[in-house]
Amino acid sequence: MEKERHVLVVFPHPDDEAFGVSGTIMKYIDSGVPVTYACLTYGDMGRSLGYPPFATRESLHEIRKQEVEKSARIMKLTDLRLLGYRDKTLEFEQPGHLASVIKSLIDELNTSRIISFYPGYSVHPDHEATAEAIVGAVKDMAPEKRPALQLVAFDKDTLEDLGDPDIINDITGYEDRKEEVMAAHISQTGPLLKRLAADTVEGQETREAYLKLEQFYSYDID
Amino acid sequence: MEKIDREKVQEILNQYQDRPVYIHVEITSGVYADHLDENIFNAGTFLRNIQVEFVQGAIRGGRNGQYRVGLKLVNGGWIYVLGLTHYVINENDEFIMHGFDHEGKLASALEISSNEFFK
Repeated sequence: MEKERHVLVVFPHPDDEAFGVSGTIMKYIDSGVPVTYACLTYGDMGRSLGYPPFATRESLHEIRKQEVEKSARIMKLTDLRLLGYRDKTLEFEQPGHLASVIKSLIDELNTSRIISFYPGYSVHPDHEATAEAIVGAVKDMAPEKRPALQLVAFDKDTLEDLGDPDIINDITGYEDRKEEVMAAHISQTGPLLKRLAADTVEGQETREAYLKLEQFYSYDID
Repeated sequence: MEKIDREKVQEILNQYQDRPVYIHVEITSGVYADHLDENIFNAGTFLRNIQVEFVQGAIRGGRNGQYRVGLKLVNGGWIYVLGLTHYVINENDEFIMHGFDHEGKLASALEISSNEFFK
C-alpha cells in the first residue's frame, strides 16, 4: 500500500465497507492517510430485519445509520458522509447526477485513490450504479489528475473475465477489529458472525475468506 | 413485531377504512436471489407513499401463519398482498405488516399510515 494524499471510499449500503474493505481502510487510517467513507443510502430496503424481527421496514433506516456510525468509530474513520439516497433507487437518479456528486467529493478532498465497486462485476444494481458514477466522475478529469481506482468485483464471472485481482492487502493483525466492524452491522450480519465463530471447517473457511486478505482490481479508464 | 393475530389485524384494518391513507407495498425475492441460486427468477416491487382510500379491508388465510390482505379501493381498484406473517403498530402510529420467508428474511410488506412514510 502506497502513501496516499486521500482515500475516498464510496459504497451504496452501510455494511458494504465491512466485508472486503474494512481491513484496508483501517490500515490506511492507522498509517495516517485521511480516509472519507461516502455511503450513498441507508440500506433501508434490506431484507434482513433480524429473526425474530427486531426491525421493520420503517425502523431499518435509523438502525443501519447507527450501525455504520459504529463501524466508522471502530475503524477510527472520522469523515463519514451519509448521502441519504433511498436504497434500490440509485440507478433511477438523473443520468450523471451521482457522478457529479462523486466529482464534487474528489475536488473537495483532493482524492488520490478511490475504493468502490467494479462496473459490470458487482451484482447488485445499487453497486453497479455506484461503480458507474465513479467511472463517470473520473473519466472527465485530465488523466494525470485522476485518482487511482481500486475496485471490488464479486460477480461469478469475475475470475474468468478479469483474471486474478492485482491488489492484495494482507490484513494480518486486523482480524479482531474487522470482526468488530462486521459485528457492528448486526442487523445484516448475524448468520455470518455465527459462521465466523464456528469451530468447524466452514468456520475456518469463512475466517480465511474474510480475515486474511482483501483483494481488489485496478481499473484503468482508458 | 408479533406474529399475526387475525382478529386484531382485522380490527386495525377497520380503523383505516373510509379515509385517505398512505401505503407502502413491497414484494421481494431479494436482489441476490439469482446470484445465490440460478434457478430463482428475481422479481420484486415496492410502492411507497401512495395515497389511497379503501372501503373494505380484510385478512384471510392463516395456514402456517401466512396471511393475505386485500383492500377494496373507493374507485373499485384493489391492493392485494400474499405472504404476511407479522405485524406491529410502531411509535409513529404506522400499521406495519411484514412476511418473513423460511430464512427469516422479508419477502412481503403492507404498511398503512395516516401520514406519509419517511422519504
